[in-house]
This record gives sequence, C-alpha cells and structure tokens, in this order.
Amino acid sequence: MSASRSRVAVTGLGTVNPLGADVASTWEAALAGTSTARTLDNDWKESYGLSVDFACRLVPGALDSLSRPEAKKLDPSGQYAMVAAREAWADAGSPDVDPTRLGVVVGSGIGGIWTTLDQWDVVRERGARRVNPFTVPMLMANSSAANISMELGARAGAHTPVSACASGSEAVALGMGMIRDGRADVVVVGGTEASIHPMTIAAFANIRALSTRVDDPEHASRPYDVDRDGFVLGEGAAILVLESEEHAKARGARVYAYAAGRGMASDAHHISAPNPEGQAAAVREAVEDAGIAAQDLKHLNAHGTSTPLGDIGELRAVADALDGETDQIVVTSTKSMTGHLLGGAGALETVFSVLAAHHRTVPPTINIENLDPETPMAIANGAPAQLPDGDVAVLNNAFGFGGHDIALVVASA
Amino acid sequence: MAHTENEILEGLAEIVNEETGVATEDVKLEKSFTDDLDIDSISMMTIVVNAEEKFDVRIPDEEVKNLATVGDAVKYIEGAQN
Repeated sequence: MSASRSRVAVTGLGTVNPLGADVASTWEAALAGTSTARTLDNDWKESYGLSVDFACRLVPGALDSLSRPEAKKLDPSGQYAMVAAREAWADAGSPDVDPTRLGVVVGSGIGGIWTTLDQWDVVRERGARRVNPFTVPMLMANSSAANISMELGARAGAHTPVSACASGSEAVALGMGMIRDGRADVVVVGGTEASIHPMTIAAFANIRALSTRVDDPEHASRPYDVDRDGFVLGEGAAILVLESEEHAKARGARVYAYAAGRGMASDAHHISAPNPEGQAAAVREAVEDAGIAAQDLKHLNAHGTSTPLGDIGELRAVADALDGETDQIVVTSTKSMTGHLLGGAGALETVFSVLAAHHRTVPPTINIENLDPETPMAIANGAPAQLPDGDVAVLNNAFGFGGHDIALVVASA
Repeated sequence: MAHTENEILEGLAEIVNEETGVATEDVKLEKSFTDDLDIDSISMMTIVVNAEEKFDVRIPDEEVKNLATVGDAVKYIEGAQN
C-alpha cells in the first residue's frame, strides 16, 4: 500500500435484514446458522400463479424506530437504509466531523420498486390526482443516499452506485475512493433493497434465477450443495461507517477492521451470465490494491448465490486470480441464511467480512446436504470456522447482472 | 352533506398529523402552514391531495399558494363543498 494514501478504517456498522434488526442480533443468528426463508403469507401464489412463493423477509419489528410520518416519506428500501444508517452512525460514536468532509455512498439494485408499482396502481384505480406527491423522491434510486446525507448533514457528496447485485459492494469501493482521494474524512456507505414483490418474484423466476424448492423453503438456499437450484430473494440494508485512519485515531474511535483493497471490473460479456475472467480480474486488483499476498487471505465471503453455475465458477475464478494459493482460505456464503439482498447483499456481506476479521470467526454456510464434489475450496460447512491469530485478510465478492464485478479486501485491525 | 367548519378543521388536523407528525392540537385556524407548522411544499401537496379525497372537493394548484394558514384552507374547503 502506498504511504501517501489514507488507510480506510471501518468504525461503525448497522443493518436490518432477515436475520436481525441490528448488527448484534444478526451476528448471533448467523453464527447459529439460522435459515430465514419462509413461505410468504400473502396469497400471491393463488392470485397471480407465482411459481415461487417464498423469500427471506425482514425480521418483524425492524422498522419500529421510524415515526409514522418519517416512514410515509420513504420507500421500504429507504426505510431499511435509514434505520441501518442510524445504527451505524451511533455505533461509530456519532463522530464530530466537518460536514464538508462527510460523504454518503449508498447503492440499490432497483430503487423504490414498491412505490413505483403502488403509485401506478393509484393512477389506474383512483386517477392521476391521487398520486402521492412524494412518489418521485421515494422511488428514485438515490433516495437512500439523499435522505441519509440530510439526516447526517453530509455535504462532501452523496452517491448511488446502481450495479444490480454488486451495488452494495460498489458503494463500499467508491466510499473508500472518497477517503483515499481526499474528498472526505468519513463516508457512510452501504446498500439497500426492498423488492419482495409479486412482479419482481415473477420476473426473477422467469429468468430461472430463483430456487423453486417451494415445498422446503428453509433449505432452498444451499450454495455448494449438489442440488442447489437458484437463489432465494431476501431484503434489507447494511451500512458501514468508513473513516480515514488519521481521523479515526484522532478521535480515539474503535476500529473494527480496515477496508484495505478494492477491485472493480466489468465483463462486457453477457447481460446475466457471469464471466469468470471479469471476476478474477476484480479479485486480482483487490488483492494488489490491498498490498497483500494470496497467503494473507484466510477467508472468502463469497457471492455464492446458490445457482448451479455461479457458485463453483466464482471459486474457480478466485483460485485462478490467486494462482491456486487457496488452501488457507475458508469460504462461506451467508446467502444460505439471509437469501439474496440484491443491492443490499454486498454491503451486508462486507459487514459479515468485517465481523469475521474482528471476531476471528467465519459464519457457516447452511443447508449443504451433499457438498458438490467440484467445490475447489474449503467451506465453513454447517458450523462456524475459526480464523488464526495475527493479521488476517478477508475477501468479499459481489457480482451483478450486467457483468459488474466487485471484490473487496478487509484486513484485521 | 356539507361538513361544518369544525369538522373540516378536525379532519384537516388529522391529515396534517398523519402526513407530517404535527400534533392535531397544534393545527389551529390562525397557524401558518410554512411558518408555524414547518410544512414544506411537497408535504403541503400531500395534505391537499388527502383533503380533496376526504372532503370530496377539488383544490386547484393555483389556489394552493393562497392557502397560507389553516383557516384559509378550512374556508376554501367549506366554500368548495357547495
């Protein structure tokens, strides 16, 4: 790592997701290997003939801290992000920072899809005059970044990467850039998604991306199992507070870990099929950017969505990028527990990566009944794995439809 | 079925509370939407849209800017009912 560039510390974490309404309960449920996929209690399957009727919903009560008027001005995706941002900010000790040195980068895969579709229903059923005047500020994909910037008074810039399932990780990567480029001392980063909607489920089902294990939803998300058949839709948000090491040290902040490296590549290949070359390029760049050797990587929080092709292809790409030096790495896919948060996924998995480096513990991959014999790396299969003492680095991948490849390296503090 | 001034005030106060969190008892005839109740232009439009539905009236956009106080709105709605 170059000496002139600030190291980027992670000093605050927040999340609402299917496992928990905050970081502590999420981590506890993750280490316990909790499945959150359930049959939806809506009658969507009957009403609309959905072939998939299960998902990983947010834990009940996760949004109770929002006032009613506050909630009415935010799409669910914006509500998730706001609650997570408040937790992360408080967790960081509500840092006293010059507003012009405070930035926000919060991504989303889709934006306010519920608001968009609800208000179209209003137009059709009740007429144009009844459309909620807050519709545009609620549905725009940058809504969460904008609202969080207002909440915290952040004036160094508020940005919204939109790169499908890589959005949350891209936000972390761009936030690291804001600090390294000297644009900010503190950047609130993350991702959010609230898209468990019958239209979205139908669309993902029709592109054959979703698991169809309708009679056993709790075991449907099973990365690296021979019978994996697609991802399970999840929802939620995760937010991290990134801070230049100088700023964090000057105020005596607790540093969970460092956001040490980032790699960003695009496949230019296919609109939905992954490309191992792009993935490997992102991993190579992230490792080089972090200034570490392959041997320093002890853990991979994989993109691992539980699709037949994607899971093994990703691990092969990682092995390729690391010239086969992967024996020391324990892999997990936390999507086996949370489902796929789309634009929130990369951010939540960065939180898991930070916690893994901090607690030296890898959360398990659940639901593997028969490990795919093609799996080229060691998996934290069914139980948490311990990481060694000393310096450890964690790799975290996120890939999005459109061929967006983001790899992040988190280093222990 | 015209609503009385009091009914309109009460109904309007409920809408204001629902949309902005301002306490219903603070929504009084002499209060300015912007200066006293701190209601921004988008929130004002949500109040208008909801009031139109509740009282079955039409409040044209060009009238909204003339509704400075709660009393202005109550008076307009009362008149528009007929």
